[in-house]
Amino acid sequence: MNSQTASEAFYAALLEDDPERLYERAPCGYLSTTPDGIIVKANATFLDLTGYDREELVGRRTFAELLTAGGRIYHETHYAPLLHMQGTVREVTFDLVRADGERLPVLVNAAVESDSDGAPRVVRVAVFDATQRRAYEHELLVAKQRAEQSEARAQALARTLQSTLIPPSPPELPGLEVSAAYRPAGDGEEVGGDFYDIFQVGQDDWVVALGDVCGKGVDAAVVTALVRYTIRALSMQREQPSEVLVALNDVLLAQGTDRFCTVALARLRSAGGTWSATLSSGGHPLALHRGQGGAVLPVGQAGSLVGVLEVVDTHDHVVELAPGDVLVLYTDGVTEGRRGREFFGDERLRRSVQQHADSPLPAESILADVLDFQEGSARDDIAVVAVRMPVVPPASAVHQQVREESPS
Amino acid sequence: MEDILARHNVTVTGRADGPPVVFAHGFGCDQHMWRFVAPAFEDAFRVILFDHAGSGSSDPSAYDAARHGSLQGYADDVLAICRALDATDVVFVGHSVSAMIGVLAEVAEPERFSSLVLVSPSPRYLDDEGYVGGFDEADIREMLDSLDSNYLGWSSTMAPVIMGNQERPELSAELTDSFCRTDPHIARRFAEVTFTSDNRADLGQVRAPVLVLQCTSDAIAPVSVGQYVADAVPHGTLVMLDATGHCPNLSAPEQTTAAIDRFVRGDALVG
Repeated sequence: MNSQTASEAFYAALLEDDPERLYERAPCGYLSTTPDGIIVKANATFLDLTGYDREELVGRRTFAELLTAGGRIYHETHYAPLLHMQGTVREVTFDLVRADGERLPVLVNAAVESDSDGAPRVVRVAVFDATQRRAYEHELLVAKQRAEQSEARAQALARTLQSTLIPPSPPELPGLEVSAAYRPAGDGEEVGGDFYDIFQVGQDDWVVALGDVCGKGVDAAVVTALVRYTIRALSMQREQPSEVLVALNDVLLAQGTDRFCTVALARLRSAGGTWSATLSSGGHPLALHRGQGGAVLPVGQAGSLVGVLEVVDTHDHVVELAPGDVLVLYTDGVTEGRRGREFFGDERLRRSVQQHADSPLPAESILADVLDFQEGSARDDIAVVAVRMPVVPPASAVHQQVREESPS
Repeated sequence: MEDILARHNVTVTGRADGPPVVFAHGFGCDQHMWRFVAPAFEDAFRVILFDHAGSGSSDPSAYDAARHGSLQGYADDVLAICRALDATDVVFVGHSVSAMIGVLAEVAEPERFSSLVLVSPSPRYLDDEGYVGGFDEADIREMLDSLDSNYLGWSSTMAPVIMGNQERPELSAELTDSFCRTDPHIARRFAEVTFTSDNRADLGQVRAPVLVLQCTSDAIAPVSVGQYVADAVPHGTLVMLDATGHCPNLSAPEQTTAAIDRFVRGDALVG
């Protein structure tokens, strides 16, 4: 006998393996049922898996009766209709109730065999023990739920953090109208790097701070909080915004963070009913001033970024605020607002300031223009603060009304 | 008006001037459930099929967690569809949970309906004192839990393979893969609304004649429940189908069709 005929004989022997044995000892449970589901045949593997005797099943039980109540509902509402409609179902997940009452997770494939007239004759059901797979799926599910909870917590944390960096509404300054608007990038679920703050230093002495810490997320927020509260503390001791920026630079360098920021500061002081603003920029876009001539112009001189260099270049610039004057501080999310390849830009911003300088809430209106330009979705954080010297000093009632229109 | 028809994937066939018959599918699948029954009525009726919000090919926007937090929301959808089609004297044929959805719609606007056909109905799936619904709290809880814990399986289980069916070639071409495909969260909610509802008190309010079609062995709605429904409505008739399971519209379409046919055409003659 040569080797070829030997292997042929071997394969032939395999093919002649006892079909009964192939069926009974198949590595999956195997059932045949009537189209109504009554079990007419079950292999030994199925009996081993479920612990039933053949006599308990054949002719006595339907496949659905071996399922949990939940599984029976699924069987009737999904499995059976699909089997009727398409003749097969695959990878359906069920729990079988074993003879001892224990649950056995299984995966089920089934196919209908029909007679020559197309009438269903028998349903063949293959049942795979899925205990380990189900345990793994359960772990996946728990992990998914945990991830969803963590995400929800992270979002809540981000919102809380954000609300500590952005005042919910600007405070009221006697004799000045202040409006502020903020919009985080995208869906707002990450803490942005933009911030602003408006706080009182003394009698008729206020500070508006607006800035942009590089980066986003919790790491940036830590620096943002540091910057915001450092500005508050420094402003109590230093007269000039430029001095505050120099000291802030030292604090950031000493902190050892590799994050830097840009800051625009405006110190607002009132003497004898007139207000003046002392402005200083640490690498930040210059504030815009709409003055008596009606033109909108940048004020001051841009200084160095804060938190990068040992020695920084800062300047102060004083603007007397006449009735009708408006100062606008903003972050680069405004001018860098994009539509396609086009930026919102300085010129659009100037027009927007011009147009809204006399509206009730200039900051909100400017933000709306930028968002419209970007078709609603901000690519970067946007912060805007507008300070207006009213033509007629505002009666508190008028001021109140303006405030109530603010959505925040 | 047009919107709601698109949202519910409403299809209208048969005689435009015929009396309207609305077929409503139950929990789990979609209007294809009526594939073997509805065409038999196209000769004389205006045949209206639709998918419930959150089922089949309905527009995802049609589903509203609050509105569809009770069966009344689904009944309101049925009424809105009827109004959009200007359908009156409607024969409503509802399978499974849609039986009670039809009951609620009829109670809300009795003048719109001429009769109800309730296929495998149950006004309450949970057992209660003096009432056997077929399930206890633990069963329903287990079913809902299994929706949660199984939703890896549930989400994609039935979705994919609409395979060629050589015995019924007409199916393969028509079936979309939406049959039995539901968003797992909506499926769970619909299951909860369905299996925890109790509409026994509504049955007595139904004014239209009611035909109850009941299979001899139904794991979801036992014979005693079908009998209960037929007894509780003022004008009810129970017809037993020589079929098993919960979906005679699929497993015994000829009998189902014949029973509905006798009821609605008999009515037409009498009316």
